[in-house]
Amino acid sequence: MTPDTALPELICPAGTPASLRSAVDAGADAVYCGFANETNARNFPGLNFGKEELAESIQHAHNKGAKVLVAINTFPQAGRTCLWKSSVDDAVEIGADALIVADIGLAAYVHRTHPDMRLHLSVQASASSPDTINYYRQRFDIKRVVLPRVLTLPEIAAINKEIDCETEVFVFGGLCVMAEGRCSLSSYATGKSPNMSGVCSPASHVRYEQNAVGDMTSRLGDFVINRFSKDEPAGYPTICKGRYKVDGKAAYIFEEPTSLNAVQMLPDLLKAGVTALKIEGRQRSRAYVAEVVSAFREAIDDHMGGRTPDLQRLIALTEGGRQTAGAYRKTWR
Amino acid sequence: MDAMKLTLGPVLFNWPPGVWRDFYFRIADEAPVETVYLGEVICSKRLPFFETHLPDVAERLAAAGKTVVLSSLALVMNKRDARLVRDLAADENFMVEANDVSSVAHLAGRPHVIGPLMNVYNEDTMDVLAADGAVRFCLPPELPASRIEILAEHARRRGVETEVFAYGRAPLALSARCYHARIHGLAKDNCQFVCSRDPDGVSVTTLDEQPFMTVNGIQTLSHSLVNLAGDLRALRQMNVTHLRLSPRAGDMVAVAQTFRDTLDGVLCANEAFSRIVEMTPEIPPANGFFRESCGHNAVKP
Repeated sequence: MTPDTALPELICPAGTPASLRSAVDAGADAVYCGFANETNARNFPGLNFGKEELAESIQHAHNKGAKVLVAINTFPQAGRTCLWKSSVDDAVEIGADALIVADIGLAAYVHRTHPDMRLHLSVQASASSPDTINYYRQRFDIKRVVLPRVLTLPEIAAINKEIDCETEVFVFGGLCVMAEGRCSLSSYATGKSPNMSGVCSPASHVRYEQNAVGDMTSRLGDFVINRFSKDEPAGYPTICKGRYKVDGKAAYIFEEPTSLNAVQMLPDLLKAGVTALKIEGRQRSRAYVAEVVSAFREAIDDHMGGRTPDLQRLIALTEGGRQTAGAYRKTWR
Repeated sequence: MDAMKLTLGPVLFNWPPGVWRDFYFRIADEAPVETVYLGEVICSKRLPFFETHLPDVAERLAAAGKTVVLSSLALVMNKRDARLVRDLAADENFMVEANDVSSVAHLAGRPHVIGPLMNVYNEDTMDVLAADGAVRFCLPPELPASRIEILAEHARRRGVETEVFAYGRAPLALSARCYHARIHGLAKDNCQFVCSRDPDGVSVTTLDEQPFMTVNGIQTLSHSLVNLAGDLRALRQMNVTHLRLSPRAGDMVAVAQTFRDTLDGVLCANEAFSRIVEMTPEIPPANGFFRESCGHNAVKP
């Protein structure tokens, strides 16, 4: 779609009903969340919603003028697709404003069974070209695509000229360096698959070991993912952010442990025709969600009101203060 | 029950054009495989190097009685990539393997293959794609036997074929970023084609030098070699119709012959598995994905 001058929608994460309320109170236009099972890509212990909880949360959000988008964005397992389909039916029944799906078969199910339900294509579908987006648009009438985090600004602008649905992009939080929905590094190391079970580098397979001089080694399954001297903060061993060796030389081969922060690119993203800005972090705390959402709300409102946004607040919230604009700048590649 | 067929997947690495051509000439002459997939799947910038050899290679393979299928690009990110996929899909002389949804869009209405880098995890997705003309599905390599069984049975009832990734480095991830260039301190746009220095990819180890992954341009693969030579009886019972052998630097004719001999009952499962392992003693085998375990694990047959 071509750019317009309407306010961009701010899409915020919620892993719990409390986070959802915080996000809404902090100025989210919409909140995305999932059911507490394998149907969503953040299937972590203690996170996500039961049906009743989600129904109440949707009611709360609607009362405050915010929307709720329900992510059912893993790939249904053969022989067990009922779990995904009944999650779709539940979300429709309790008044979700849109469903976020990645799987072709599940998109077909929503389109066939609930033709009036608004459908968003998940980032997990890795729809990185106009031809791909138009495939989902024509077949399943998707209204919005969450663009993969692999695209540059000019590519996003070019895509928007060739499609007739809305685009949503990630602007803050964790950064997948691999094409989302097309990565089995986690299942290679741990047997837990992001695509099938909504789990990546699961905590159940993480071990930290400290040696005599205080060095901390982080492991995932059978593999050492990183090692930190006692003065260095020990990060979580996500496979693609690990430190490895090539020809005996240690380096962050894929990506440093850093987070995405595209707040400085807000004007460019809007110029490129983006409709919605998404914050990652359904697994983050309620306090974090409240802080990031309100900082982004302020940045957007400042930008739209012609004022210069204060960027320091968001920089302080990035992983260890380290941030990247990711693929939006071509040099990242 | 029909005999399972052997296929040779596309060469995923950046081999010198002459090596690439000679590899396929030898496959044409000596490898007991029925189908050969050809084409550039990883990086559109590599294609011009071997493109000139493509017609000769395809002709030689066809003359040897092999079916040639052209494989499409896995990650389409710019206009050059998109054009490449469109041109490939327009080629009516060959069947095409779709490795990305945009190629499916172009191939709709005529017979095609769904490649292992497409996300076909369930019957419903299979149905949508089959209705558009997919006749064979090479399933995602991370699928465990219990899911393959359900999908292969569904495919059989629908009258389409199922292919399983049976040998080679498992494709694990794709990225917009070229890790090969990054390892050499180069930008992707000025990569100097450093990936051509590594015919079997770059080995990535842990800090303790335990081999872990393999980098091939924008792709990450396993270090271990998938080896389902010990699981062929189970695969056949599931109605899997095709087994894919993924090329690497090494004797692929010998790999294909071992699988062929196993299918023909000349070798038993145990012998077949071990014989494949002995060809590359320095690289561990893996069948963990199939055996419902961590992908890198190897469970002896």
